[in-house]
Amino acid sequence: MNKILTLENVTLSYQTKTSETKAVSNLNFSVSEGEFVAMIGPSGCGKTSILSLIAGLIKPSSGKITMFGSEVIEPSKRTGYMLQKDHLFPWRNIENNVFLPLEIKKNKTEENLAYSKGLIEKYGLREFSKYYPKQLSGGMRQRVALIRTLSQKPDILLLDEPFSALDYQTRLSVCDDVYKIIKSEKKTAILVTHDISEAISLADTVLVLSKRPATILDSCEMDIDKSLTPLKRREHPAFSKWFEKLWKELNL
Amino acid sequence: MKRQLTEHQKYLDKLKKDKAIVIFFRIAILVIFLAVWELLADLKVIDSFLFSSPSRVLVTLFNLHSSGELYSHIFTTIFETLAGFFIASILGVLIAVVLWWSEKLRKIFEPYIVVLNSLPKIALGPMIIIWFGAGMKAIIFMAVIITVIVTIINMLSGFIETDENKILLLKSMGATKSQIFLKLVLPSALPTMISTLKINVGMSWIGSIMGEYLVSKRGLGYLIVYGGQVFKLDLVMASTVVLCVLAAIMYLVVSIVERTLIKWK
Repeated sequence: MNKILTLENVTLSYQTKTSETKAVSNLNFSVSEGEFVAMIGPSGCGKTSILSLIAGLIKPSSGKITMFGSEVIEPSKRTGYMLQKDHLFPWRNIENNVFLPLEIKKNKTEENLAYSKGLIEKYGLREFSKYYPKQLSGGMRQRVALIRTLSQKPDILLLDEPFSALDYQTRLSVCDDVYKIIKSEKKTAILVTHDISEAISLADTVLVLSKRPATILDSCEMDIDKSLTPLKRREHPAFSKWFEKLWKELNL
Repeated sequence: MKRQLTEHQKYLDKLKKDKAIVIFFRIAILVIFLAVWELLADLKVIDSFLFSSPSRVLVTLFNLHSSGELYSHIFTTIFETLAGFFIASILGVLIAVVLWWSEKLRKIFEPYIVVLNSLPKIALGPMIIIWFGAGMKAIIFMAVIITVIVTIINMLSGFIETDENKILLLKSMGATKSQIFLKLVLPSALPTMISTLKINVGMSWIGSIMGEYLVSKRGLGYLIVYGGQVFKLDLVMASTVVLCVLAAIMYLVVSIVERTLIKWK
């Protein structure tokens, strides 16, 4: 399949008053179109930094990130970032939250508005489009956050522990929900998480990161039936095999 | 279903009753206070020359009203207060925006703001009179300097408190700094702005009355000082009552603005 994102020898160091901290070291990987990649690693290993690098929010100290054949130097509309919390703006109703990226890009054309409204309708939020975020449940808010990310038609979704702020029950159902949406919109996704089972249940490929400075220890292709939903995958026999393997690798 | 409805009805009735009790006591306290004051003055327990009395205050107000004098004093003070309020609020917010925008400027000006905040502004009185003359300009200036520093400090901290992750989110969408300010920082600081305006109502009243104490020939502050000097305590009390009413009205207006602006809460 064709590679749409490549990281070559990417290194990132932070400067502080007292020292220089290496957050990411010699990172090499690539992502194919339509692939779902999950990165797992111990907390504080620099996972979020990797997403920020891909999003063009920070520049690597050395190395090169290429997306669709050109180097990433600033935030691009081909990537959509989704954070731990939904970060919906409480003073905007659902519809206007979804339109936010279009406003920022000054791209509020009839066509784009119709596309966003279509997403709202397709994913069951039409009757809530005039509601304020406060009136929605945590799971629904996260769905709105995803639709907001999708409204700018990104090719690659960057998901930074998007379920970690939800309680366990909601988390499983939102996880299914988000997976379904991403697949039906045929998006490429990079998920960062510290939850091994979440990674196995969602991803095609799981990248195991080392402690800080983050580098890739292993790359595993998940051989679980791709037609299963994340929740069903958790019941698949191969699930526990992968869990055990990744658990060991993380705790080395 | 019917039972539930009555339970709910009971709850609503209780809410209504609680509210009625609060309103009753609010009014009762005022009425009792006025009655006791009047009674003590009539029975000569307190000297009504020194402490005045509700009836004397009413008579004074009526006299001021029939001579037409009352309104020129009220309008003078309201004008000074509103001018101080608007100039200081707008100027303060603008300065806070600039200081939010540039971290360097913020660091440079921090000690000046801290010192100006702790300085009792009335200390500048003599200078203000010399610079602006003994008139309305000096009084408005006084109201402005008293109000503007608090506005800057409150608004700046409101701007800075904006959720870092929301800023990150906007940056990932490619937002410019002015978009971040207009779409996120300003609306999320709106509650801060409203509470600042409420504080400013009080501050600008302090400023205008203090200014009138220092220099003036008209206004409620002038009436109070004049009344004190010639031992007309009725005048002092009457002016204070008018001030109370005016301040309450101004506060009410800000509250209405708040309710229309922040619907999403």
